[in-house]
Amino acid sequence: MSVVETKVPAGFVPVYTRPKSLSDKRFTYCPGCHHGIITRLVAEAIDELGIQERTVGVAPVGCAVFLYEFFRCDFAQAAHGRACAVATGIKRANPDLIVFTYQGDGDLAAIGTAETIHAANRGENITVIFVNNQIYGMTGGEMAPTTLPGMRTVTTPEGRDVRTTGYPLRISEMLAQLDGPTYITRQAVFDVRHVQMARKAILKAFRNQLEGKGFSLVEVVAACPTNLRIPPAEGNRWVKEQALKYFPLGDLKVRD
Amino acid sequence: MPKGMVVIDKDRCKGCGLCVETCPFGVLVISPEFNRYGYNVATMGAPEKCTGCGMCAQMCPDAALDVYRAVKEGV
Amino acid sequence: MKVLLRGNEAMAEAAIRAGCRCYFCYPITPQGELVEYMARHLPRHGGVFLQAESEVAAINMVYGAAAAGVRTMTSSSSPGISLKMEGISYLAGARLPAVIVNVMRAGPGLGNIAPAQGDYFQATKGGGHGDYRLIVLAPSTVQEAAELVMLAFDLSDRYRVPAMILADGMLGQMMEPVELPEPIPPGRIPPKPWALTGAKDRAPNVVSSFDLDPYRFREILRALWAVYREIERNEVRWEEYATEDAELVLVAYGTMGRICRTVVRRARKEGLRVGLFRPISLWPFPYAPLRRLAERVPVLLTVELSAGQMWEDVRLAVEGRAKTPFYGELGGVVPTPEEILSEVKKHVRG
Repeated sequence: MSVVETKVPAGFVPVYTRPKSLSDKRFTYCPGCHHGIITRLVAEAIDELGIQERTVGVAPVGCAVFLYEFFRCDFAQAAHGRACAVATGIKRANPDLIVFTYQGDGDLAAIGTAETIHAANRGENITVIFVNNQIYGMTGGEMAPTTLPGMRTVTTPEGRDVRTTGYPLRISEMLAQLDGPTYITRQAVFDVRHVQMARKAILKAFRNQLEGKGFSLVEVVAACPTNLRIPPAEGNRWVKEQALKYFPLGDLKVRD
Repeated sequence: MPKGMVVIDKDRCKGCGLCVETCPFGVLVISPEFNRYGYNVATMGAPEKCTGCGMCAQMCPDAALDVYRAVKEGV
Repeated sequence: MKVLLRGNEAMAEAAIRAGCRCYFCYPITPQGELVEYMARHLPRHGGVFLQAESEVAAINMVYGAAAAGVRTMTSSSSPGISLKMEGISYLAGARLPAVIVNVMRAGPGLGNIAPAQGDYFQATKGGGHGDYRLIVLAPSTVQEAAELVMLAFDLSDRYRVPAMILADGMLGQMMEPVELPEPIPPGRIPPKPWALTGAKDRAPNVVSSFDLDPYRFREILRALWAVYREIERNEVRWEEYATEDAELVLVAYGTMGRICRTVVRRARKEGLRVGLFRPISLWPFPYAPLRRLAERVPVLLTVELSAGQMWEDVRLAVEGRAKTPFYGELGGVVPTPEEILSEVKKHVRG
C-alpha cells in the first residue's frame, strides 16, 4: 500500500530500514505520539533476536488496541487490564513461545494493577512494555493514575487535585519492591539518546525471557501531544521537563 | 554527492515534525504537499547536507523513514 | 471399577481424563475439593495448576491458555462466576473453547454456601455483555457430572464455544460411587489451526473479539449465531422418567431433578401418575421435547432452587398447551420429597 517516493541510487547502503516484524499496516496512533516509537522499538528487538516466528503479543485496550495489526506475529486481544493474566495463560500453556504484553497506564496501572503486580510477583517469564503517557488517550484524555498533579485533563478540568484524586502512581517503584520480578526499568523516548537507551532496555527485557530469567517490565514515559493539546515537539519537552520530575529514569531492579 | 539519504514513505508520514526537530543538519522540512490522508509530509529540503546518521529514523513514530549512507569511494 | 468420589473430585478427575492441561482457579466454597484435587493431580499429568489472584485473573488465564490451543478449565461458585463473566464474554466473542464449572450457591450478593439454582439466567441467557450463549450442561449425579465434564470439553472444541457445567453445592459435596470415563485417546482433541503457536510458515493468527466496523462485526456475529443454531439442532439433551401415562410431570434439573425422581417413585406408590422431565442441556434448552410432552400431559410442575428461572423457559416451550405451576425454594433451602409431593397433590387426584 505504501509508495516509496525515491529510488535508492547505486552506491548507497542501508543505515536504518523499517523492521521486518512490522506488517505493512500504517500505525493508527496520532501524529507525534510516542507509542509509534515504542512499538517500533519492540519490532526492532524481535528482529534483532530473530524470534518473530515464536513470538505471541498480547494487545491491550487503549490506543494500542490495534497492535495485532502492526506486527507479523501471532496476537491475542485482551480485555482491559487483563493482558498479564492472558500472557500468563499463553506462556504457561506453551513455554516455548516468547510472550509480551504492551499496555498503557490506564490498562496496566489502573484497571489491571492486580494482574500486573501478581504476574510480576510470580516471576512469570514474560515481557511487559508499559507506556506511561499520564492520560487515557483513546477515550478522550481523561485522568490516568499517572496523571501529574495539577495536570489538566477532561476529568480534571481544573488540574489534578491530589487531595481528592491522589498522586501519580509509580508502578515501577512498587514492582521493584517485590522479590518476583527480574528486571524493572523506566525509560523515555523524547530524544535519540533516550530512544537508544529504551531500545537496549526492551532488547534486554526480551532476552531475559529467552534466557528463562523471569518477569521483565520496561516502563516508557511518553507524551500524548493530542490530549496535552501541544505540538509533537513540545511533547518531547513535556516529558523531559514535567513528567520526569515524577517518573525519574533508570533501572529500578536488575537481577542477573 | 551527499553522504546520506533519507527515503520517506509518504503514506506513513503524518507530518509530526519530530524528524525535522531531531536532524542536526537541517536536512528535513515539512513540505506543503499533502499525502492521501491529508498530512503535510516530511521531505528532504537540503538533501546535500544529509550524512546518513539515521537519527531522524530513530525518532520517527511511524516507522516511515529508511536511511542510507553512501559507500566510500575505493572501499 | 467404581470409585467413591465427591462430585467436585469426580469433575476434576474427568477434566484430567478429558485432556485438560491448564487449570486456573481462585478458592471459593463449595467447590474447594475441585481446586484441591487439581492441585494434587494435574501436575502429575504434566499439566499446569495455577491459583490466580482473583477470578478475573483466572478466567483471563483460561483465555490465554485456550488461545494457545490447550484444553483448559476453571471452576468457581456463584459470586466468583459473576467476576468471571467479563472473561467469559471475551471467550465467547473470540471463539475460544474452554470449560467453566459453576458449583452454585445461594445469592444474590454474598448469600450463603448452601446449594441453590439462582444462576440459571446468568448461565443460559448470556450473563456477561453482548450477544452470545454458552453450552450449559446440568448433571444430577456424580456419575453424570464426570461424564458431562468430558462431553463439555468435546463440544467446546467442536463448536469453539465455551461450555459451562452448572452444578450446585449439594452435587459438589456429595459422595457417590463413580465409574470414571476412560481417558481420551490421543488424537481425540481436534486440530486447532487458529491457535497462537507462533507465525512460522503461515500468516499470523489473531485471537480477538474486536472489530470496529459494524458491518464486518455483524458478519462475525451472524457466523457465531449460525454455530449456535447448529448446536440447538444437534446438542439438546434431556431425560424423561415415567412420563408415558403421566397426568403431571415434574420439570427439574440438577440436584432438584434428582430429588424429583424420588418424588415420582413415592407418588407412583401412592397411585399418582407422576413423571419427570429433566433437562440436561440447559442451553440449548429442550423446548421441542417439552412442547411434545405438553400436548398430552395436562400439568407440568417446575421445581427449582430459585424463585423461578428455568420456569420461564418451560413456559416458552409449553406456550399454554398445559398448566405450568411452579414450586421453588430460596436462600439455599432444599425442599424434601415430602414437601414436593404435597405440592404435587394440589394438582393431581389419586
